[in-house]
Amino acid sequence: MEYFVQQLINGITLGSIYGLIAIGYTMVYGIIGMINFAHGDIFMVGAFIALISFLTLVAIGLTAIPVALFIVLLIAMGLTALYGWTVERLAYRPLRHSFRLAPLISAIGMSIILQNYVQVAQSARVKPLPPLIEGTHVIIESDVFSVELSNIQIIVVLTTLALMIVFSWIVGKTRLGRDMRACEQDLKMASLLGVNIDRTISLTFVIGAALASVAGIMYLLYYGVIDFFIGFVAGVKAFTAAVLGGIGSLPGAMLGGLLIGLIETFWSAYFSIEYKDVAAFSILIVVLIFLPTGILGRPEVEKV
Amino acid sequence: MTEPLLAIRGVKSFYGNIMALKGIDLHVNEGEIVTLIGANGAGKSTLMMTIFGTPQAREGAVIFDGRNITRLPPHEIAKLRIAQSPEGRRIFSRMTVLENLQMGAAIADPKYFADDLARICELFPRLEKRMNQRGGTLSGGEQQMLAIGRALMSRPRLILLDEPSLGLAPLLAKQIFAAIRVLNERDRLTVFLVEQNAFRALKLAHRGYVIVNGLITLAGSGAELLQRPEIRAAYLEAGRH
Repeated sequence: MEYFVQQLINGITLGSIYGLIAIGYTMVYGIIGMINFAHGDIFMVGAFIALISFLTLVAIGLTAIPVALFIVLLIAMGLTALYGWTVERLAYRPLRHSFRLAPLISAIGMSIILQNYVQVAQSARVKPLPPLIEGTHVIIESDVFSVELSNIQIIVVLTTLALMIVFSWIVGKTRLGRDMRACEQDLKMASLLGVNIDRTISLTFVIGAALASVAGIMYLLYYGVIDFFIGFVAGVKAFTAAVLGGIGSLPGAMLGGLLIGLIETFWSAYFSIEYKDVAAFSILIVVLIFLPTGILGRPEVEKV
Repeated sequence: MTEPLLAIRGVKSFYGNIMALKGIDLHVNEGEIVTLIGANGAGKSTLMMTIFGTPQAREGAVIFDGRNITRLPPHEIAKLRIAQSPEGRRIFSRMTVLENLQMGAAIADPKYFADDLARICELFPRLEKRMNQRGGTLSGGEQQMLAIGRALMSRPRLILLDEPSLGLAPLLAKQIFAAIRVLNERDRLTVFLVEQNAFRALKLAHRGYVIVNGLITLAGSGAELLQRPEIRAAYLEAGRH
């Protein structure tokens, strides 16, 4: 029982990170119908920007951790958003009226470029960050197994929750969110009503990248090590999460992220940790075969 | 003679490699209802979309209020206060009626929103009851009202209506046409109307054009065109009743 609760906590933490990345996939798919394969690498770039800003802040003597964290958050979100914007502007927008596969191929190319760029600029070695946030709370005491909840886990889950609330509010209640939903449903009609669709698409990439960068920071804090390749695995898992939840659906991405995090954690805990990725990707295949629209996705039928 | 509000000069437009418009010339004066009638596939909807720059005319010019708008992107054209209720209505089906109307008001000054909303509700009382319902759940007639209402929310100087009576029961179609007349007479709204229902459209319009295969073949006042034997033969006798 204790062991189960512990895995639940770990799974929710991991799922939060996947969920934040998955939103970027699902938003871009919703609005322009493409899978942005470079999104996982945007997450990785976000983690690197966070690492570099942390080290810079420490080097200039700013060691108050909450302040440093907050500054890093702002820097990483801002710069990663700029990466997201640039990728769309350079690699996708020129191909928007091309054949359907073109931006997809371009996205794979962008993913390789980002990975190699970070590998060359930052070297291929694993980058550690000394633990900044320490402290754990023992929730359930037991002789056999004590359930622990670390401060980092609390921060990860609360930050994710707060971001999801803000993000849902933006999409559901603001002018920008309404424009985004309109573009998602009918790009041409939105433009006939005066919505600048290029700008709206750009903002979608910017928001997706900013959320991914927060996931990157939390990954960095949680695991303490990053390298240029983390974006690939995390990206494919977040993509799986988006498909599982129903690609195009925002609550679906959050739910899917949580489920993938839980499945992966429980699989590792009860079966075999070596096969955790196999478990996650088997789900992708099973979902695609038996539930292609995902849990909260809608079938492609519109009432006429 | 005063400058027309909308002038289309020698416009040629393509879908892929197929020339859909083969050199269209027409104009709409301020305060007029002008209708364009023609068979399926004659190029009516293509012309509506070409006015909005999607697709852009490959040759010729679209002039609005003395300004050449041929190469403007659609959202810039919308900002000049041209509105469209397009073919197929294109309601945002997963947004509420209110949100659809808010989208329509995207380019309007927010201070007019409440007044404009009240005006639409007065024009189409059925929409008021459906305000928080999703667009996709409306009936065809209600969707048509919503599409027109959405276009009106931008306070347009020119409204393009693409087949507003398509698929509607005769009584509903009549209501829609009555609403168009009210908008024109009371609010001095300029209307460019595309219709298959030639009889009603010509009765309503001040002037009309006939498009066949991407070319304008006839032009005249609504009453004149109604009397033309070739129009009676091609568009009225069959579809009138």
